[in-house]
Amino acid sequence: MPSFDLSKVPLRDLNQALHDVSAGANETDFEVLNPRGAHAVAVGIDKPVRVDVKGNCGYYCAGMNAEATVTVHGSVGPGVAENMMSGTVVVKGDASQYAGATGHGGLLVIEGNASSRCGISMKGIDIVVKGNIGHMSAFMAQAGNLVVLGDAGDALGDSCYEARFFVRGKVESLGADCVKKKMKPKHLELLADLLKRAGITDVKPEEFTRYGSARQLYNFNIDNVDAY
Amino acid sequence: MTYTNPPTVPRQSATFDDYTLSEIRRAAATGIYDIRGGGAKRKVPHFDDLLFLGASISRYPLEGYREACGTNVVLGTRFAKKPIELKIPITIAGMSFGSLSGPAKEALGRGATLAGTSTTTGDGGMTEEERGHSEILVYQYLPSRYGMNPRDLRRADAIEVVVGQGAKPGGGGMLLGQKISERVAEMRTLPEGIDQRSACRHPDWTGPDDLEIKIQELREITDWEKPIYVKVGGARPYYDTALAVKSGADVVVLDGMQGGTAATQEVFIEHVGLPTLACIRPAVAALQELGMHRKVQLVVSGGVRSGADVAKALALGADAVSIGTAALVAIGDNDPKWEAEYRKLGTTAGAYDDWHEGRDPAGISTQDPELMKRVDPVAAGRRLANYLKVMTLEAQTIARACGKNHVHNLEPEDLCALTIEASAMAGVPLAGTDWIPGKAGL
Repeated sequence: MPSFDLSKVPLRDLNQALHDVSAGANETDFEVLNPRGAHAVAVGIDKPVRVDVKGNCGYYCAGMNAEATVTVHGSVGPGVAENMMSGTVVVKGDASQYAGATGHGGLLVIEGNASSRCGISMKGIDIVVKGNIGHMSAFMAQAGNLVVLGDAGDALGDSCYEARFFVRGKVESLGADCVKKKMKPKHLELLADLLKRAGITDVKPEEFTRYGSARQLYNFNIDNVDAY
Repeated sequence: MTYTNPPTVPRQSATFDDYTLSEIRRAAATGIYDIRGGGAKRKVPHFDDLLFLGASISRYPLEGYREACGTNVVLGTRFAKKPIELKIPITIAGMSFGSLSGPAKEALGRGATLAGTSTTTGDGGMTEEERGHSEILVYQYLPSRYGMNPRDLRRADAIEVVVGQGAKPGGGGMLLGQKISERVAEMRTLPEGIDQRSACRHPDWTGPDDLEIKIQELREITDWEKPIYVKVGGARPYYDTALAVKSGADVVVLDGMQGGTAATQEVFIEHVGLPTLACIRPAVAALQELGMHRKVQLVVSGGVRSGADVAKALALGADAVSIGTAALVAIGDNDPKWEAEYRKLGTTAGAYDDWHEGRDPAGISTQDPELMKRVDPVAAGRRLANYLKVMTLEAQTIARACGKNHVHNLEPEDLCALTIEASAMAGVPLAGTDWIPGKAGL
């Protein structure tokens, strides 16, 4: 298994090697040692490789991931898995701001807590956070699912579109046009699948509350201006 | 005897003129600010307020059409493995699919390619029309991230991180629901028919330090091959240029207030930002003080219309210019041949700017399948190429008259200003004097 010790080799070598993986290659498992908070670790992968990062990363870890499974055995800085297209990113520790920002697809699992703006402008990504998330999470979220086993901060889902939010704990406050919604059987089924894919077996979908857009602000109306 | 006072002629208020009165009535009736496309329509100091001095005895001119005058420009020489090489110093500015129709985007690509220059995507992602017909395509990385994906990053020839736009520094887009067709909705991951806001700020970075890291990420994703542009709206050009350089930009794109937009608030277009003329010298000063002039290229946009404008921007220190509105006019926007239909919309050819309504008779700023058929991408592309070549010839003509064998050799010394305002903004002497406001005479 190729191993990149970032205390000895430049980040560029790692990312270039990941980009150079050819379709159908046999060597698909990579190990990254001593990331020491480096930014842009394992970004822009577009092959079904597995990458295990042993340590903490800085900004944009696994950014724009497609097809790969990236596991960070530590915590990550802002923008983990930003604009992810597909594949899976797992963070064993905590995540800073903007986790999964603008993600179009794939699954992001944060086993610790996520900071503010988790899932901001999400466009189809599924995000599962085992801990809590901070304020303004899922601001202008367009599509996808955000699952939070802990609590959510202020202004959850502000100005959201068609994304769905499932929170098990308490929500500090809801943002503009974000409302509590009824959990229907199809949502319980969806949530059960998401929890299963995230490796969570000791939590039931029925323990969550669903939130989403009231769709009252989709077209401008002067009578709604106080909502902002 | 009775005395009758002679009647006075009705006098319109300069403050409450007809346009202002109509706007008050419109606001009272609708309850929403006016939204429109295009750029600032008010008169502000511009390139027309500058003149070239030409050569006589103290300068030696080159022979028109006989002596060579280079026009090529290379963008992205600082870090990128594959800088962009253009035949002319005029590029096509970012304009979104969604705002513009597919045939219009194709026409822009065809025209730019024929002329040897680049075109640019916009909010909404990369379309096959423009990638397929643009030999050199710049992919905008916008706050909305609509349609953003790593595949298109790799298919691009350069990446433009859009931080601001001249028509609306600090503001986002306002594409209204009537233009969100099935295709536009799919590209932007939004339901059809809803008002669509393009964010005013990037969701995953908050300042120049973060931008530096974001640029590093984009370089890593694209293996350091693509030039990274940073586009800012003209507001604080000195500081924004310096911070873009600090963040690692290969190219700074500076868009003045006459730059267009697909749709935003009229109050924004007319009242926020700096005239293009006022943006260039502070940006050049920042580059010069950092020792990066000509190393980080400067592209100026916002109301560029002719080869004279191109030459003036280059003389003030830009490496290239970018055109948007003028390119749309070249491919048929606001063409008088549709005058009857413009009248039905309550406007006239040359003034139509309600692009967000999606009813553009010229078929350019619309998603209506019938209207967009009016754009012949091949013929429109040819018109754009002609226009770009004319602008280039004009710029060359002026450069030769100033004794330059490359348009980049034009310099502020070749210029004078007609007004004190233009003199102060451009940093060139008032015509007939050696005086630049704020500076001591020679």
